[in-house]
Amino acid sequence: MKLLTFKGGTHPPEKKELAREKPLVKMDPPQFVYVFLSNHAGAPSRLVVKEGDSVKTGQTIGEPGGFISAYLHSPVTGVVRKIDKLYHPVQGRPMEVVVIERTDEDRWQLLEHNDWENLSKEQLLEIIKRAGIVGLGGAMFPTHVKLNPPAGKTIDTFIVNGAECEPYLTVDHRLMLEKAEDLVLGMKIVMKILNAKRAYIGVESNKVDAYEHLKKVCSDGSIEVVLLKTKYPQGAEKQLIYAITGRKVPVGGLPMDVGVIVQNVQTVIAIKQAVIDRKPLIERALTITGEAINNPMNVVARVGTTIQQLVEFAGGLKEDAEKLIMGGPMTGIAVNRLDIPILKGTSGITVLPHEKEAVKKPCIRCTNCVISCPMGLQPYLLYLLGNKKKYDQAVDEGLMACIECGVCAYVCPSKIDHVRVIKLTKRVYQALRGGKK
Amino acid sequence: MKLLVSEAPHIRTQDSVRSIMLDVLLALAPAVAIASFFFGWYALFLCLFGAVSGELIEWFIMKVLRKQKEFSFDLSAAVTGLLLAMNLPPTAPWWLLLIGLLVALGVAKHAFGGIGQNIFNPALVGRVFLLISFPTLMTKWTNPVRNFSKSAWDAMTSATALGVLKNEGFSEVVKRFSYVDLFFGNVGGCIGETSAFVLILGFIYLLYRKRVNPIIPAAYIGTVFGFASIMYLLNAERFGTPLLHILSGGLFLGALFMATDMVTSPMTLKGQAVFGVGCGVVTMIVRLFAGYPEGVSLAILLMNALVPLIDRIFKPKIFGEVKV
Repeated sequence: MKLLTFKGGTHPPEKKELAREKPLVKMDPPQFVYVFLSNHAGAPSRLVVKEGDSVKTGQTIGEPGGFISAYLHSPVTGVVRKIDKLYHPVQGRPMEVVVIERTDEDRWQLLEHNDWENLSKEQLLEIIKRAGIVGLGGAMFPTHVKLNPPAGKTIDTFIVNGAECEPYLTVDHRLMLEKAEDLVLGMKIVMKILNAKRAYIGVESNKVDAYEHLKKVCSDGSIEVVLLKTKYPQGAEKQLIYAITGRKVPVGGLPMDVGVIVQNVQTVIAIKQAVIDRKPLIERALTITGEAINNPMNVVARVGTTIQQLVEFAGGLKEDAEKLIMGGPMTGIAVNRLDIPILKGTSGITVLPHEKEAVKKPCIRCTNCVISCPMGLQPYLLYLLGNKKKYDQAVDEGLMACIECGVCAYVCPSKIDHVRVIKLTKRVYQALRGGKK
Repeated sequence: MKLLVSEAPHIRTQDSVRSIMLDVLLALAPAVAIASFFFGWYALFLCLFGAVSGELIEWFIMKVLRKQKEFSFDLSAAVTGLLLAMNLPPTAPWWLLLIGLLVALGVAKHAFGGIGQNIFNPALVGRVFLLISFPTLMTKWTNPVRNFSKSAWDAMTSATALGVLKNEGFSEVVKRFSYVDLFFGNVGGCIGETSAFVLILGFIYLLYRKRVNPIIPAAYIGTVFGFASIMYLLNAERFGTPLLHILSGGLFLGALFMATDMVTSPMTLKGQAVFGVGCGVVTMIVRLFAGYPEGVSLAILLMNALVPLIDRIFKPKIFGEVKV
């Protein structure tokens, strides 16, 4: 069978065997949860509770603070103890966090709505918005905005991203095995919202069991399950769309420009849970893994659970633990403290052991970065131009098309950190251009 | 416990500059072995001497002249030293190699800023410098002795196939050389260049290890073949056969191991194809119309100079970019 794929990319050691066979386990809600008001892309939520308030599990504690923003709910039943500031791993600076102490077993406040099959597109979108659902693959873009493309954009294809191409992470794999029915129901809801004719689930060939299982569950033919080549970044939106549909998202464009919308597996399951089970998004599944954690596992945890609590749940860190990453090793964010809570978009905690530092060398023009770049860019050149502060020239060379997947830095034998410089160059260019306008 | 913070990606390939260079050295090993067989122990000595003194010279330049604290051997100078040795006649004195290496590493490599910064292939700069400065020593060809304990000094001096073609014509070449000997290296020539067979073996290893891309050699050798075919049809006696041009001179050593030098070749596949074709055309022009019987070194050096231009013109297509 021919595996679908794209040009470029690389195949790092998968390391999925650490947690692949571990079924999802539910972690009891911790006594304290720390919920960032910025738990999504866009403007932080506007707080609607104050210190001392009692809250139920699923009760709204934050409302959207702008068009691109999201609702926020209490992950536990308890009392709002404090509105504090805490280091935000994505923003990289202290941000407002709501500290809630759990005082009781879960007493739920569910969403209010009726039988979903009789609801309109607008009503379904409103439920998704009310449930605080954001992209759970990591981007945390509010789902109700993504599923509501502007007038004039027709969506004919809906793709569920089951590639999970990041090494180490296995949570989507587990969900596809354990929650396939929920996934399919969620897809039906999304298809109704988008009025999409076709729907695909793309699964990498290193998860054949999930592929086979989904094929059985999707036997009615409305959803096609496709097998993708195992290669990083197979799950990047543009690469995934190209592999499955052959359509190329234009540079600077969005998937909707070629009639496609992509959602992560867990996001679609969260849509099902909101629309059918009336549950707002207060927990997520994630992988706790890496060679330097005692008991790698897949766990369902409340949003706002700290890394410390999760790490303890997974048997604690090994002595040689050196790097703790929120997310996977290719795009995740390294943090040096354990008191940070997980966000809605935290797909994993990866703990890597100490490694001998690689020898950095000048570029020897081996072309690995050029050949591997999934966007057809020349990372070595963007790195050079970025370091020389030649921003306009870098933009001419395709700077803005970079999807920041990190393949260039991964494949580099000289251990040059292209992607760090490219990211920085993008930010500086945007800031400068913003200033000029 | 101290947790490290750094930017993604948090994992890196196991490959390093040193592991790449080690693979190149391993890929060249069969050619060194067969050279020792054909030209005797002194050829082996020159190869080892080149590799070792290359690293020592690099150490001296980096530690003493450039005062680099964090210098570590990456074997790139050993590759340069070995390649230069392989580009010398089997009778070259050891001090000739040393002079060539000083030029290669001191001028062609480190005057430009060291590894990755040089425009021209250092080994070839060293070779061409020696060719111009010591023309007699650099063109003293001998027949193979096929006896490891002997050295090429004991052997009869002779001419190379391309030299015979240039001076006496193709009918004379046919009398003195067979294609089989040319393919396996049982002829006179530089230490490492005569056997296309073992050079191909080494190159297959590099392909297997994914260290090189076959585009440059394919374009280079293909162009030489095509160019020579046309000239053969025009005047076989003067220009010789395409097969002769492929199997003789330094074409395989140049195309497989010198033109493919990462630092001095283009960054994109399209650019590499253009580079290879350019090398082929220049090689044939030199061989057929210039004063020298062989043109591989000059061709590669000339194309090295064009690499920045080639890189600028031939870019990969950006994914999703619409051409207007």
